[in-house]
Amino acid sequence: MAVEFEVNEREVWDGNYAASQALRQADVDVVVAYPITPSTPIVENYGSYVGNGYIDGEFIMVESEHAAMSGCIGASAAGGRVATATSSQGFALMVEVLYQASGMRLPIVLNVVNRALAAPLNVRGDHADMYLGRDSGWIQMGAFNAQEAYDLALCAFRIAENHSVRLPVMVHQDGFITSHTAQNVYPLSNEAAAKFVGVIDPVDDMLDFSRPVTYGAQTEEDWHFEHKAKQHKAIMDSKPVIDAIFAEFKEISGREYKRVETYDMEDADVCIIGLGTTVETARVAAKELRKEKGIKAGVLAIRCFRPFPYEEVREALEGVKSIAVTDRSSPGGAMGAFYNEVAGAMATSKARPMVTNYIYGLGGRDLSIENVKTILTEQQANVDAGYITTDLQQFTNLRGPHLGFFKTARS
Amino acid sequence: MQDLKLRASENRGKSQLEAGFDLLGWDEVTQGSVLPSFEGDASGIANLKAEERNYSGYNSYTATVASWRVVKPVFNIDVCIDCQNCWVWCPDSSILSRDKQMLGIDYDHCKGCEICVEVCPTNPKSLLMFKENEDLETALSGWPEKTKKEKN
Repeated sequence: MAVEFEVNEREVWDGNYAASQALRQADVDVVVAYPITPSTPIVENYGSYVGNGYIDGEFIMVESEHAAMSGCIGASAAGGRVATATSSQGFALMVEVLYQASGMRLPIVLNVVNRALAAPLNVRGDHADMYLGRDSGWIQMGAFNAQEAYDLALCAFRIAENHSVRLPVMVHQDGFITSHTAQNVYPLSNEAAAKFVGVIDPVDDMLDFSRPVTYGAQTEEDWHFEHKAKQHKAIMDSKPVIDAIFAEFKEISGREYKRVETYDMEDADVCIIGLGTTVETARVAAKELRKEKGIKAGVLAIRCFRPFPYEEVREALEGVKSIAVTDRSSPGGAMGAFYNEVAGAMATSKARPMVTNYIYGLGGRDLSIENVKTILTEQQANVDAGYITTDLQQFTNLRGPHLGFFKTARS
Repeated sequence: MQDLKLRASENRGKSQLEAGFDLLGWDEVTQGSVLPSFEGDASGIANLKAEERNYSGYNSYTATVASWRVVKPVFNIDVCIDCQNCWVWCPDSSILSRDKQMLGIDYDHCKGCEICVEVCPTNPKSLLMFKENEDLETALSGWPEKTKKEKN
């Protein structure tokens, strides 16, 4: 029997500690891990909870992230509640196995502490690793601070293990800015968390000897397409399940989560869209801009990156005239992926507003309140002119000459 | 000589992989392409012989997976000493044996790797490789004689 770990009503936790406490309270059976900065403390803490008797679980150190996710797949297929954490290059090494996990419909929870991908080598936070996972078939949720990293990690188990979903879930937080910044966090009591997360009810578990099953069967052109289609349908259909679990979480915690968060959007003419720690900066900037210049600015934040909330984004942006979509990942010869999602959603809206793209914050470069104000002021200039006055894609807070690409054909 | 009608069970090798029949739609395929090996409760399966188990259509036991074989082992019961070496070494469980008596080759699963021939200790060997289309009677009629050890 595990030793009781005392938690106070209010704790001072960083994002990593918060996530590891969620793993402890969720009574995770197995964590298979290969530590990497900045996510290391999540799995390290879980290991110490096991070592000190606070949890009855298995902590397995392996030789690489590829092996870590492979081990998670084995434990999950066996029927256990399974989680791990990674970042950046580790995430990249894990990618092949991420597709295996989602394809086998295994409800693994992966805490991703977002960090840039080399080269050049960099340990700071940007979203390159998160974007690398965007087609992997995992549900991807973004936490903007330590509290949310804790809350969403708990919700992630419920979503992943729901029988109509049965898909792995990533909970993202920004490297260092969230993961290593201690903030006030209000955790659930151990009892409340355990009650909320519940006990896993496995499906097709390999330890059920009365029904042996094959995982990882080969499917060629006559079967593969159907299996991938069924998997895609499952992630598209997970939206109401996520909403219901968020609603249930609100009842016990008082904290409300939506797949799309909106701030000052009711009467907004212009808005900025982002996720991660950028959101809190943008909220301050929008409020100040309203006071200083009378610009009706709002902020829209994507809580759930996959499945992408097309309907909710379109609905929330109804009435907005110029939209700045921010991407914290080098797009490698295209518009930012996030821009493409939003532009795709807005192409079917009635008003078809102007949509622009800002690449920012690569390798942990700061995005200041002033930077956000500049972005929003440019959107107001677009509204005044009636067309996009800037390049559609611009790099923000970059040294050297202006860098931008692609101009609108509408004027 | 091997009984050509020999099958461990009735449903063995009944379906041909990728034969294009019985293809389900996306809404009908199993979740996560996870495939049950048996119909119904399989508790205690380890105590049953293969032919007594209720294999599902998803189990390769019920499908033939030998279509790419180009050379096949032929088994000669007159030479065999039932040592079970081939049964132990066969990587595809394609040596049919009961109560330590060799019965023959499961041609629905044998890939023609020749390991059984390699490990056979008899003189002449009790298993030899022949072209896939070689008639069994012909193969057996030309079986080599015992080779004498040459004296120096």
